Amino acid sequence: MIALLLRDLKLAFRAGGGFGLGLAFFLIVTVMVPFSVGPQSELLARIAPGVLWLGALLACLLSLDRLLALDWEDGSLDLLATAPLPLESTVTIKALAHWITTGLPLIMAAPVLGVLLNLPVQGFQWLVISLLLGTPALSVIGTFGAALTVGLKRGGLLMSLLVMPLYVPTLIFGSEVARRGAEGMAVQTPLLLLAGISAASIALLPFASAAVLRVNLR
Amino acid sequence: MSIWEYANPKKFLATSEKVMPALWVSSAVLISAGLIWGFFFTPDDYRQGSTVKIIFLHVPSALMAINAWFMMLVASLIWVIRRHHVSALAARAAAPVGVVMTLIALITGAIWGQPMWGTWWAWDPRLTSFLVLFLFYLGYIALWEAIDNPDTAADLTSILCLVGSVFAVLSRYAVNFWNQGLHQGASLSLDEKENVHDAFSSPLYVCMAGFVLLFLALVLYRTGTEIRARRIKALMARERLEA
Amino acid sequence: MTLNVTDLSVARGGIPVLEGVSFALEPGRALILRGPNGIGKTTLLRTVAGLQPTLKGRVEGAEDQIAYAAHSDGLKPTLTVAENLTFWASVFGRNGIEQALDGFDLQSLRDRQAGALSAGQKRRLGLSRMLVTGRPIWIMDEPTVSLDKTSVAMFAEAVRAHLGQGGSALIATHIDLGLEAEVLDVGPYKAKPPEIDDFDGGFL
Repeated sequence: MIALLLRDLKLAFRAGGGFGLGLAFFLIVTVMVPFSVGPQSELLARIAPGVLWLGALLACLLSLDRLLALDWEDGSLDLLATAPLPLESTVTIKALAHWITTGLPLIMAAPVLGVLLNLPVQGFQWLVISLLLGTPALSVIGTFGAALTVGLKRGGLLMSLLVMPLYVPTLIFGSEVARRGAEGMAVQTPLLLLAGISAASIALLPFASAAVLRVNLR
Repeated sequence: MSIWEYANPKKFLATSEKVMPALWVSSAVLISAGLIWGFFFTPDDYRQGSTVKIIFLHVPSALMAINAWFMMLVASLIWVIRRHHVSALAARAAAPVGVVMTLIALITGAIWGQPMWGTWWAWDPRLTSFLVLFLFYLGYIALWEAIDNPDTAADLTSILCLVGSVFAVLSRYAVNFWNQGLHQGASLSLDEKENVHDAFSSPLYVCMAGFVLLFLALVLYRTGTEIRARRIKALMARERLEA
Repeated sequence: MTLNVTDLSVARGGIPVLEGVSFALEPGRALILRGPNGIGKTTLLRTVAGLQPTLKGRVEGAEDQIAYAAHSDGLKPTLTVAENLTFWASVFGRNGIEQALDGFDLQSLRDRQAGALSAGQKRRLGLSRMLVTGRPIWIMDEPTVSLDKTSVAMFAEAVRAHLGQGGSALIATHIDLGLEAEVLDVGPYKAKPPEIDDFDGGFL
């Protein structure tokens, strides 16, 4: 299992692995926002938590199509399926690798981008906490979408269509935590719900992902 | 005689062709009776005037939008557990009907909302949930269309339907929570109206029954079409096999 | 570990291609599959490897015993030869890739990125993967594609050594590997169009 994780990380960091692309996308989306809504710092401060969450979600989504498709194309998935590792673990590791190479950098970049959008001081901590709790769910849900569309040419657009509705609850609770935190309100309820969604997704979705992967492999 | 006998495509086609005419006629009768009764023989609402009468289209279509998804969920489960092809095809056949019902519910809602709330669209929890449901339908249909192998498509879409149902319910609660978070005390709920107008309930029930029958007729008809399309595909594959 | 295949029917894209295939593969033996293109050799191998469900019949003794080599080698172009092999070794819970590198004359290439290898070299690397899995039953689909004569001999030698250690091999190939192997022509097992009046008879 660790070998697979290390390999995926190595692949991501090597040239052409696409590490940092999600981060760059996150940056560019955030920079585009003031151009589209205007530079008033009050307005920006108000929409900052939501914009940052949406940016992180889109950055996650865009990096998903490489998650399983590359292994599918070069035959690794066939070989992994006949290896001793159960496919459930394989998809979990894949999701974890995706989170480390995409989610984690996004979380670290979010406060910096928060400064650009005049995020109120008390909001930073909740922004980071909500992303920490929410991005793992984005990765495992995304892995499910990637597993569904792995055999399709040009599956990327379809995958977005399938994954986005599944992202709705995570996005709602995640940005709610960040928004309430920024406005200095109590965050406990959405925080617990966000953590619950993440925990349940991580626990259950790998089974669904492995099942659809098996169907796609046959 | 077991209900699973209808999983045989031939038996299914033979039986559904027998009941379909009755379904078409009775749904047409019920819907027209319900709409005429509702539009012309009920009083205007003291607050909403005659605009309230769109309820006779709005509520039944909303009801069927949800029930169609529920039917797809059951059919998907039957496919996953018992692997009857007709079940998978019925789920596939129901999706476009469901999406149209959702669209009717959304559009009639907007038309109703304009004079009542002064806006075509509000991010009310119910409206939002239906919009999310609409997106789920689109993804489900798109996945069916994208995959060539019918068994693979049936497997993938049924798992998507199962996972999607869980997330659709989650979204419903999330949206409820989120909206109260945004607009405190904004009650654009539809329940209130239903409580007030007892006079409307009888024609509404007639319309609802009509929509249920219409849905059944459409799904049976479309499933028959899917079965025939599938059979053509199988016969063509057979030709290749014999060649 | 004997691989037993009994009355196996396999389908590609939902359509039966082979039916009634039976064979037993004992330790130390090799079985060569032959048959024209499109007859279903790949499908048969994938089914035996457990990647596809069987339509009918049984495959016994394959679970956790097989190593599968397909048309594509599952190589990562940005990893070196040694890294690629080490990864597969650790996935199968083993270490030590030297023997595999020696067996396919890859020592001189060990630090080169797999993306910079020629087609034949990639294939050799892909085949050397079988050695690091430590699995007794090798299932290989056209293993000699893009190999030159020397490499084919190298491969045959590796298979012979594997059989000598009590392993077995199921290989779909058209060329003569010079192995003492039984040959199974799958042509006669071509599936006949099924009866139309079975339960889901409207479809198949």
